[in-house]
Amino acid sequence: MPKYSHTVDQKVYRFHDLRDLLAKASPARSGDTLAGVAAADYEERVAAQMALAEVPLAQFLSETVIPYEEDEVTRLIIDRHDAEAFRPVAHLTVGDFRNWLLSDLATEETLARLAPGLTPEMAAAVSKIMRIQDLILVAKKCRVVTAFRTTVGLPGRLSTRLQPNHPTDDPAGVSASVVDGLMYGNGDAVIGINPATDNVGAVMTLIHMLDAVIRRYEIPTQSCVLTHVTTSIEAINRGAPLDLVFQSIAGTEAANRSFGINLGILREGYAAARSLGRGTVGHNVMYFETGQGSALSANAHHGVDQQTCEARAYAVAREFSPFLVNTVVGFIGPEYLYDGKQIIRAGLEDHFCGKLLGVPMGCDVCYTNHAEADQNDMDMLLTLLAVAGINFVMGIPGSDDVMLNYQTTSFHDALYVRKVLGARPAPEFEAWLQRVGIFSGDAKILADTAPGLFLDGIRKLGV
Amino acid sequence: MSDIVTPNMWQVLTRFTQARIGLGRAGTSLPTRPHLEFQFAHARARNAVHHPLDEQALRVALEARGWPSFMVRSAAPDRATYLQRPDLGRIPSDASTAQLTTFSDAGAEFDIAIVVVDGLSAFAIEQNALPFLDILMPELVSRQLTLAPIGIVRQGRVAIGDPIARALGARLVIVLIGERPGLSSPDSMGIYVTWSPQQGTTDAQRNCISNVRKDGLDYGEAVHKLSWLVSEAFKRQLSGVMLKDETASPPQRLGRTGHNFLLE
Repeated sequence: MPKYSHTVDQKVYRFHDLRDLLAKASPARSGDTLAGVAAADYEERVAAQMALAEVPLAQFLSETVIPYEEDEVTRLIIDRHDAEAFRPVAHLTVGDFRNWLLSDLATEETLARLAPGLTPEMAAAVSKIMRIQDLILVAKKCRVVTAFRTTVGLPGRLSTRLQPNHPTDDPAGVSASVVDGLMYGNGDAVIGINPATDNVGAVMTLIHMLDAVIRRYEIPTQSCVLTHVTTSIEAINRGAPLDLVFQSIAGTEAANRSFGINLGILREGYAAARSLGRGTVGHNVMYFETGQGSALSANAHHGVDQQTCEARAYAVAREFSPFLVNTVVGFIGPEYLYDGKQIIRAGLEDHFCGKLLGVPMGCDVCYTNHAEADQNDMDMLLTLLAVAGINFVMGIPGSDDVMLNYQTTSFHDALYVRKVLGARPAPEFEAWLQRVGIFSGDAKILADTAPGLFLDGIRKLGV
Repeated sequence: MSDIVTPNMWQVLTRFTQARIGLGRAGTSLPTRPHLEFQFAHARARNAVHHPLDEQALRVALEARGWPSFMVRSAAPDRATYLQRPDLGRIPSDASTAQLTTFSDAGAEFDIAIVVVDGLSAFAIEQNALPFLDILMPELVSRQLTLAPIGIVRQGRVAIGDPIARALGARLVIVLIGERPGLSSPDSMGIYVTWSPQQGTTDAQRNCISNVRKDGLDYGEAVHKLSWLVSEAFKRQLSGVMLKDETASPPQRLGRTGHNFLLE
């Protein structure tokens, strides 16, 4: 017996259960079609959205999309739900909730108090009946501020992860990109390397190197080598000066298992990083990456649409009070997000859902060469996310990741969006940029001549 | 013009990385020259994705070397479908399936099937498959391994090698496939080795050699690695995660600079 239905002009649209309704109500994307869960046509999709709008939010607490007994992420969501925080919206339907979010009742303060009362499925549901301007407007009202050696997410600030990847982790090659990024005012969220191997020795070499650079030049930022959490734990055990523990996470227990993790392993990683006490202005120590389609790609989606799976990953993230959470939106390829239109919408959905749930969202505004997307699409998503108040984006030399073979936002892109919107880097980092002369005075613009900071080392190269 | 663009004084660092550093700035934006160079690189990668494999030319070249071949179409009818439905790229079309049964009905049996697949870059196949096979084929023949006719696939994914090899009665399949084009590597060929390929074979049961191209892993090196994998697969009757490549990997051979100008 289908549980949900909606009638338009005497035609009855039926939906088997909440999971089916959420999937069919999801704005079109290739991954849901690939999974066989998408609406059959345009009308069925909107009929599903109409049916979804009438579902009480409280229904999401009794009808799970993946059974409680089968999935530890579902258990986390249900067990951690804060009924008191939920109370202000407990009587609303999904459609009413959209109105509430857009209204002046939803302020920075009320949204912050509400976050622990919302489940990822509630956030996903309301996002499915929101337009892009809604996703921006509400996300802009949410504020999630985190801190380690810099403070990220403050009003009027936009931070970047400096991503100095090199195909063989060559120290000089990595450093060359670090210099380029710092001189363009990037790196206040983190200097984060995707290593070429997961080998613990190689990872430790990179951690030591970044730590030495940060200390030598007194840069108020943090480093991260984006390796498996178990490798980070091992590095910590061997005495590595590790700032942030990284891990890719997903919204189902089975997908996390395919990543070689579970909540217990994440707790170990969190405890290991906290034990080092390396933060100065704050103690958020986790860096997570997510992305729509990861559960499907691991064949671990349980028939749940990819956007709802993604929102569930934020429930995993918020359990560990992360410093940074980054949706790598266009990396996975066109079988999940086909073109610029789908990537742009997905990036804004992820940012909205994450922020609504109290997660410090950033976005890897990116695409691969087999997606129907280009730099113009990335400019649009970057601009829209910055307007929506995103905490951080990536910064890479010339948009070209020569190690991972995809395109993300460049150092120049960060300066563009800061200039257009008057956004500034994290305050601690901004003060350093001014002190060392990368930014000239109060104008917050790049100095015309390179400061002497790195020039000694560069001169020795025999220019 | 040069007054308008602010150059970067650390251009000397480009010797350490292929990354696009030291591009200079117009205001704080990307100057025209590096902007258009990027656009061209992306255009070339896009062409690589959408360029149709000239399967006829490949077939003629193979026949000229005395290597029989046949063509296969995947179940993905066009490029747009192919890009969104990887599942269809893993199975032959109905017509090709019917054609493949003629091999199995004839009781074909071989040690090795070689399957050449356009994948995400037909450029990679057009530029690398023949020179690679010119080194590989004599090597395999010298080991007295029996080789099936070479399959040439359009709109295919790696796993389409499985049903093809099965129809050919092959114990092991070698798939040459165009990899996802990077901005600086639109022509990179991947090689996958699978022992006892069949329906339901997973990627964990395959070994991969990546980035085979003129400016990447060279053909001789790739054949060296592949020969080792093939020998070990026949010896141990398996492939995949249980069979780790024990030949030295390129990063170890690349001789790092070792030092770091930022810390000296």
